[in-house]
Amino acid sequence: MRTILLTTALALVATASAAQQNVVVVTSFPKDLTDPFKAAFEAAHPDYQLEVVSRNTNASVAFLQETKGSNTTDLFWASAPDAFEVLKSEGLLAKVDIAAEGIPDTIGSYPINDPDGSYYGFAASGYGIMYNTRYIEANDLPVATEWEDLMRAEYNGHVGMSSPSRSGTTHLTVETLLQGDGWADGWAKWKWISGNMNTVTERSFGVPDGVNSGNFGFGIVIDFFGLASKASGFPVELVYPSVTSIVPANVGIIENAPNAEGAKAFVEFILSPEAQQVLLNPAIMRLPVNPDAYAHAPEGFPNPFSEEFAPGAIVFDVDKSGTRYNLVNSLFDVMITYRLDDLRAAVAAVQAAEAAHPDGADAEAKTLIDEARTLIEALPITEEQSLDPSFTGVFQISRADPATEVVGRQAEVEQEWDAFAVANYAKAKELADQAAAMQ
Amino acid sequence: MTHSTASPGSAGGFTLFPRLSGTAVTGVVIALFLMAFLILPVAQVVYVAFLDARSGAFTLQNFQDFFNTTLFRESFVNSFYVSAMSVVFATVIALPLAYITTRFNFGGAVLIQSLGIIPLIMPPFVGAVAMSLLFGRNGTVNLLLDQYLGVKIPFMEGLNGVILVQSIHYFPFILINLSASLRNIDRSMEEAAQNLGSSGMRLFRRIVFPLAMPGYLAGAALVFIKVFDDLGTPLLLNVNTMLAPQAYLRITGVGINDPMGYVISFILVVFSVFSLWASFLFMRGKDYATTQKGGGGLSKRDLGRGEKITAYAVILFILALVLSPHLGLLLLAFGTIWSFSPLPDGFTLQHFGTVFSQSMQYVSNTLLYAGTAALLDVILGTAIAYIVIRTGLPGRKWLDYMATAALAVPGVVLGIGYLRLFHGVQLPFGGGPMASWWGIIIIALAIRRLPYALRACMAALQQIALALEEAAESLGATKASTIRRIVVPLMSGGILAGFVTSFATAAVELSATIMLVGRSADAPLAYGIYLFMQSPSGRGAGAALGILAVVIVALGTYLSQRIIERDRRRRAAAPGAEA
Repeated sequence: MRTILLTTALALVATASAAQQNVVVVTSFPKDLTDPFKAAFEAAHPDYQLEVVSRNTNASVAFLQETKGSNTTDLFWASAPDAFEVLKSEGLLAKVDIAAEGIPDTIGSYPINDPDGSYYGFAASGYGIMYNTRYIEANDLPVATEWEDLMRAEYNGHVGMSSPSRSGTTHLTVETLLQGDGWADGWAKWKWISGNMNTVTERSFGVPDGVNSGNFGFGIVIDFFGLASKASGFPVELVYPSVTSIVPANVGIIENAPNAEGAKAFVEFILSPEAQQVLLNPAIMRLPVNPDAYAHAPEGFPNPFSEEFAPGAIVFDVDKSGTRYNLVNSLFDVMITYRLDDLRAAVAAVQAAEAAHPDGADAEAKTLIDEARTLIEALPITEEQSLDPSFTGVFQISRADPATEVVGRQAEVEQEWDAFAVANYAKAKELADQAAAMQ
Repeated sequence: MTHSTASPGSAGGFTLFPRLSGTAVTGVVIALFLMAFLILPVAQVVYVAFLDARSGAFTLQNFQDFFNTTLFRESFVNSFYVSAMSVVFATVIALPLAYITTRFNFGGAVLIQSLGIIPLIMPPFVGAVAMSLLFGRNGTVNLLLDQYLGVKIPFMEGLNGVILVQSIHYFPFILINLSASLRNIDRSMEEAAQNLGSSGMRLFRRIVFPLAMPGYLAGAALVFIKVFDDLGTPLLLNVNTMLAPQAYLRITGVGINDPMGYVISFILVVFSVFSLWASFLFMRGKDYATTQKGGGGLSKRDLGRGEKITAYAVILFILALVLSPHLGLLLLAFGTIWSFSPLPDGFTLQHFGTVFSQSMQYVSNTLLYAGTAALLDVILGTAIAYIVIRTGLPGRKWLDYMATAALAVPGVVLGIGYLRLFHGVQLPFGGGPMASWWGIIIIALAIRRLPYALRACMAALQQIALALEEAAESLGATKASTIRRIVVPLMSGGILAGFVTSFATAAVELSATIMLVGRSADAPLAYGIYLFMQSPSGRGAGAALGILAVVIVALGTYLSQRIIERDRRRRAAAPGAEA
């Protein structure tokens, strides 16, 4: 049996490595995106063959880390800029000079390319609210166009999103609001939105899936999920809130790539004007980074380079985001993901109390409600702490700088936060219930 | 099957060596295999549970942190509760199906037995979508209930949702093992009880069920451990306050070097081995073996008209319940757009067109991988069962514990362990790194599904009386030919049950595979579904591929069932001819 398997394996390997030169790309992108690019690239460069290996972002990063000893991959091609940052910090990305014309330095306020040339942005994505038109019609809900809208009581149970620790794109959405509104107000906003949530999905694609199925009405998603769902025929729409950030999806060449030349050819190809057009394919629907590509865009296609696009877009501070990356993930999971039931109960109680006292005339009830709101919004740490290296180091296991003294262990800190959040939510619910009972 | 018997046999054939050494050699070879492809790769990853995250020094601090964390303690209790309740509900589903189809002359028994295994094949991602489109908050059932009665039932919410889905998903473990056991019971036992005046429920409760205990316990232990260690279902229902999802979320979210994820994995492994040991304890001192095999199992009774109607009603109800997720999958595969409505907007064959034109290599890969892995599993399972039950090798129980611990190892941990251990190893003749070779996928699948085959083989062997082997040996048969001519044929029902469970579940495995697939030409079905389900337009095609997986496994199961039935009839027709 072994010999048969082995000979078959050898035969397969032999046939594959024959004629053309292989360019191996590890990617988290769906077939819908990789297939058209593969076809276009192979047509433009007949001597290369693109070998696409699909893995989700986390698995791709782990794969590249584990295989660096005898690297077999030429390129990494994915959305989340932070995944590229991780690879870059571990020296897994090669620095190259790419000749690309007509591509500006920034999109919105976000630099398109890595300043050191370790990875290049090839498409842009913004964040938005995706909604199911049948769902909101059946439930008689208005369209939510701003993040604040999702905090309103009428949306209770109708919202879904993923967790920042599960999805790099969600992380950016969370961080954008924290930077746009400030640490305390940003978190408060997330807690009120989360109180209306139906679910925190385990993977980012779970959100468009849920909206497409009609499991929940509104989803906080990266734009192409919404655009591509709509293009596939689902009864959904996408809106960009005025506070959003535009971030590039990237491609990077792996250090010590077996086919470095082919890899470079691929990067140059996808930045070329003709390949940028491929992004407008209805099943892909990502925003090109070359402004000229929008000339051929379909009617109503968002253009992030235009004046009227997301006027409130903030200046995204990449360093700030990087410093507290893991801390924000952990804080979100402890306060929201793992305690969603407690948070929802508290938020629902406050919403009920406010409905019982809509005018705020009853001073005693209003005091109770305000106290409950403060308890729900309370945070275990300040913004200074979130940026203090000796504290953020607790959450950075693999990238810890040995020179920095850190205080405590992640599990220890999380237990404190958990106890803090659970006690506050319970107390808030109690106060709000009291207020609601006063007539 | 021939392998397992050959290796103890070939050594047993050398009269120069003492007889034990044949099985001892097999035991050592299996132990080495498990060490190389299970223990070492996992240890490569899990050892960080014992390290201080910063200094890298040995510590037990992480375990202390685990027990000091409220969330983890709650998760542990939740996992235990869900597992125990799932065993109860799975029993309620499996018992009538197993009993009615093995005890009565019942049209379609083989078909029912085959359909009964389908719930085990829940293709990744699409299965979840299909379930929520049927039973979710705004699924078919709730939309209709809301429209006509103004109520909604939260089928898929919270821990109870997990229990419901897990029972539907994993009851086939009990069904398959219990049916195999029921078929193995000697008719004379039952007849003796009937002669003494026992009948009906009393006969079942006091005689039949206790004799089928090895099979039931094997299935129940599998359900318990599997539910305890399963992360797919809790994650699809977005319940994360359970242990296995916590471990998974930590490992994939916080990072591969986070000690807590591995502390949880370690505790999962230890607890799984502990529950297995507890089930051994329950069986200790009891003998389930029956000597006469000529009768071909329990006698089958004809049902009266009324009984028949009741039996069909019960079975149809259960089948409708447990197959409903697959009905949803079928609708998804043939539907156009299905969103917030009881049924898809329209129907089309286009998704199957996509699958047949683009994805047929996934099907042949899956058949090769899952088939070889399941074959490997029953060979290893039979050998381990024989060594554990029939020999006195020191440390033999550890073979069982080691193999079963695989249930509790998250697939992603095994995948990363393989990358760490084997990526540096080059295949001969420029075949590339061993970790990206498709053969390694087969080994990963075999390791992950070995516990299923092993439990089935163990249960089968427990029901065979030692006297039969002694008789053969005293008639001059060698150990090797005793195993080949007596033991394996008598175990055939259990071995097939093991093959079917391993094959069915390996056919839809993804978590380890996704780390190991080197080229898309080497990818199995589950990976193809993953690819489709990355984009909104791939949903229908993903479901179509899922249906294909279900059909393949169902056909495989149906054929195995036919073989069991034919074998049973043959033995019943010519008593004594086989043994």
